[in-house]
Amino acid sequence: MRLARAIHVCGFAELPPVELDHRSEAELVQAVTALALADAGMQRGDIGFTCSGSSDYVMGRPFSFVMALDGVGAWPPIRESHVEMDGAWALYEAFIRLQHGDVDTALVYAFGKSSLGALADVLALQLDPYTLAPLGVTHEVLAGLQVQALRDRGVEASLEGAEHRDGAAAICLRVGGEGPRIAAIDHRIDAHDPGLRELTRVPSAELAARACGTEGVEIAHLHAQWAHEEVLLREALGLSCETRSSRMADVPMVSGLANIGRAAQAVRDGVPRALAHAAQGPMLQQNLVCILEAA
Amino acid sequence: MIFKSPTRLAYQVSAGPTTERFLRGILERRILGLRCPECTKVYVPPRGSCPTCAAPCHEEVELPHTGTVTTFCVVNIPFEGQLLEPPYACAHVVLDGADVPILHLVGGCDVSKVHMGLRVVAEWSEEPTPTLASIRYFKPLDPL
Repeated sequence: MRLARAIHVCGFAELPPVELDHRSEAELVQAVTALALADAGMQRGDIGFTCSGSSDYVMGRPFSFVMALDGVGAWPPIRESHVEMDGAWALYEAFIRLQHGDVDTALVYAFGKSSLGALADVLALQLDPYTLAPLGVTHEVLAGLQVQALRDRGVEASLEGAEHRDGAAAICLRVGGEGPRIAAIDHRIDAHDPGLRELTRVPSAELAARACGTEGVEIAHLHAQWAHEEVLLREALGLSCETRSSRMADVPMVSGLANIGRAAQAVRDGVPRALAHAAQGPMLQQNLVCILEAA
Repeated sequence: MIFKSPTRLAYQVSAGPTTERFLRGILERRILGLRCPECTKVYVPPRGSCPTCAAPCHEEVELPHTGTVTTFCVVNIPFEGQLLEPPYACAHVVLDGADVPILHLVGGCDVSKVHMGLRVVAEWSEEPTPTLASIRYFKPLDPL
């Protein structure tokens, strides 16, 4: 991947995923961004660009993403953006923003709560409102189809879902300097209609992995909602190394960003090359791959 | 073709520790703000974090029920779902000792006489609930 500027992860923090966190978005974001900034040895005033990933539908209130800005000190106004996606995509935006050359630092954060009880219904709203939703099709139904497709191919698979939690994560990025370097990052999306896909493959993950290059990766942090997705991802990403999954403590909108932080932490701990993966949508519809290397 | 497909989502939302403390105060007809430890501004309703300093706010400040109208508008137009009978006045009221306004109603007077700088006091409902509707409106401190 040819880049104008080398971007390094210089700070990372995540709040331990818990079953129920009563704190508001502003309180979650204040806590996690303060920890990430401290980890980076930075002050809020040092940050050139701020980007967040969250979902108002997950949080159950309108403009939740705006209310969260009280937690980062956004008055007077700062350069700031938001994606209604897992925070890994907010990091992608910040990564691109830092390539422009006029700012050198970024703060990326994500927050989400599954304790509000509506997660499965919220996710079902991602599906086509005319042809799928009225039939009662949900992410679970589609995952079941995928399990059956795998069995028909002779792969052992069963429908084992995620344990969902509340939490938040934050990452500080810097141009140059020390800390794990983002060697490559790419994200791709498959067709919206599940009928257009070959269910035992994940073409978008394959493409993102090919664009990044996954050879030499020693540890991979995967973002899966179902056990069989971990099998599919190992194949799609071409992995033969140790893999870890965020599935048993999944925080909606957060796990993908946290995986990038965890992969960066592995590099800090001495792993030369680590992979982070993030996914959104049913049946691994959209996939992001990020490769971290020692600076 | 118009396809009617109502969408409903049910949540169990918790207000969070900071807002809960504020709402418990409202039940006792008390207005509780929080002071930022860095810039010393008092926020009401409090959000737990200073939007300027991003500092967690813990120092509780009980505010008086009096304040000043800093801006307002008189609603004369009826619309679907309207809760109040027009005309009525919506206003920003900065409580004495607070640094940010709360959005509320000004009532108990001829709304055509509402003006910036008007001194007002909270008129509480008979039985407060844990919402800002427990203040029915702010009325002029002195007769207009």
